[in-house]
Amino acid sequence: MIAKQASRLTLFLLLAPAILWLGLLIVLPHVEILVLSFSERIAPRVYAFGFGNYLEFFTEPLYWRTFARTAFMSILVTALTLVLAFPIALYIARVAQGRLKAMLLLLCLLPFWVSELVRTLGWMILLRETGVISYMLRSIGLASQPVELLYNDGAVILGLVYGGLLFMIVPLANALESLEPAVVEAGYDLGGSRWTVLRRIVIPHAMPGIVAGCIIVFMLTVGNFATPVLLGGKNGLWFTEQIYAQFITRFNWPQGAAFGMLLLLLSSAIVWLGLRLTGQSLGTTLKQA
Amino acid sequence: MTLCIGSVMASSTDLDIVNVTKRFGSHAAVDDVSFSVAPGEFFSILGPSGCGKTTLMRMIAGFEHPTSGDIRIRGASMIGVPANRRPVNMVFQSLALFPMMSVGENVAYGLTCRGVSRADAEERANRMLERVGLKGFGDRRVTALSGGQRQRVAIARCLVLEPTLVLLDEPLGALDLKLREHMKIELKQLQGTFNTTFAYITHDQSEALVMSDRIAVMNQGRFEQVGSPRELYHNPATPFVASFVGETNRLQGEAAAASNGTIAVRLSSGAIVQGQGSAAAKAALAFVRPEAVALAQDPSPLSNLPNRFEGRISAVLFDGAASSLLIDTAGFEQPVRAVLPQAGPLAGIEVGAPVHLGWTADAMKVFAA
Repeated sequence: MIAKQASRLTLFLLLAPAILWLGLLIVLPHVEILVLSFSERIAPRVYAFGFGNYLEFFTEPLYWRTFARTAFMSILVTALTLVLAFPIALYIARVAQGRLKAMLLLLCLLPFWVSELVRTLGWMILLRETGVISYMLRSIGLASQPVELLYNDGAVILGLVYGGLLFMIVPLANALESLEPAVVEAGYDLGGSRWTVLRRIVIPHAMPGIVAGCIIVFMLTVGNFATPVLLGGKNGLWFTEQIYAQFITRFNWPQGAAFGMLLLLLSSAIVWLGLRLTGQSLGTTLKQA
Repeated sequence: MTLCIGSVMASSTDLDIVNVTKRFGSHAAVDDVSFSVAPGEFFSILGPSGCGKTTLMRMIAGFEHPTSGDIRIRGASMIGVPANRRPVNMVFQSLALFPMMSVGENVAYGLTCRGVSRADAEERANRMLERVGLKGFGDRRVTALSGGQRQRVAIARCLVLEPTLVLLDEPLGALDLKLREHMKIELKQLQGTFNTTFAYITHDQSEALVMSDRIAVMNQGRFEQVGSPRELYHNPATPFVASFVGETNRLQGEAAAASNGTIAVRLSSGAIVQGQGSAAAKAALAFVRPEAVALAQDPSPLSNLPNRFEGRISAVLFDGAASSLLIDTAGFEQPVRAVLPQAGPLAGIEVGAPVHLGWTADAMKVFAA
């Protein structure tokens, strides 16, 4: 009896940091934000319970259009990242051996040794009107005027794909590595073309890794702030900017809190939909990630 | 023996390997190997691990390319033909079933790759599953099958494509002993009912002996001997074949006098054994099978044998029909292995009992060491 209690106490003590971490830094702020999002300002410094902040999102087209745009662009970025990462992950997992494999993964990791802000500023140096690419285009005679490559959707997508690549490559390479070489050979041996083997054997095998990578990249992209703001400028129109504007510029915390909750709910709904469409369960996906 | 195969004879064979060599750097994994396999034949390549048999098989399947030489299937050269265009299918050592597909999809995979419609492929897959005794298993996951069932799916997946040749890369290795014995017979029967040419590689001489019509014994990238299981067992061409195929007693000595077909070999102890064969050099190896060693309680029944010795039982290795005795024999460095008599006066023989042993000259094969 005493031993059982002691082991319980040990378990509790071991779990305490994790519970405190989750409780204080994740659950508590979210409860706070949830409560805040339901308070409406009826007069200066007077707040009452109501759904007005949520109604505002659906009645004001700017808000839900910004959200739809953010969701659509994030899906596009996720798809582009997947297409770019797949051959890289395939090479790392199936072709590269020993030190080369470790080196390639390190190369993928290297850009993340500097902060996101610095990486994005790096892109700005390359893309701006007086930047490296503009200068090169002029010097080889492809452009007569300085070319502005910043502040458009292309630049935003470029920056976001670049930032998401690593988080796609790692789960993909993990999933592909566990594919037995003989299974791929059997695919060819029984008459499959490269495309058939890829479509019917390699991709189904890598599916948990694909879904895991897509969830991570999608979530990171939807919630990104610095990249769309810096590379997109005024044309960035990312939903996180709306949240920032409510909290910081407009000082309307309840509205910002409602937007925060909506971002969480809507992006979760998109992930859930993605899981349903690909027939994957969250459990197997999390194991892969 | 297969060097003479030309285009005229090619149509009467399913597979011709012509002077095939495969080098990895300076090491020749397969060194100038030639052989032919006739339609409907069960052909085995038997050799220790690392002898080059897997490389040879992968070259036939199209996963490796020979450094020189030619591989012909029904007379058509396979050099430059990719694996997915060869009329050859392989049963892998790990079986390599597709875990992302059901049993039926595994079997139908090759058909759909050929452009057979989904419904048609499914029907033919189900018929094939029925023929290998897996009726109604089409919708199961391959992970839910037993070892023997997975084996049959792997073979059905190949046979449904009606290939000229099925390659089997030690497919029984992962099974437990009882199932392996059962699958040996089943494989042989399957091969008989489908009348498909099988090329089987293994390091297990019992698998090769039981199933094969012909066996090639491979060592260090070369074929030592090609022949029927009986030929290999009773008339080994090289000392390697003599010691690798079946149980044997191996004696080392010096070739002494030779007279009318028999050759005398003097062992290091001074004892002399009489055998058949030739030894060009002084050093010689002599082999005698355990079942060729005659045993008796007194010397009179063995009096007409040229090789007669006396010994004492040092161990009884009981293993049912494969039981044997180890006999410490004067003049021999190693104990002599003989078959345990299961009937007659010596049936109950125990360790320490004295015994007389002997064998004929033609039961003993002598080679130059």
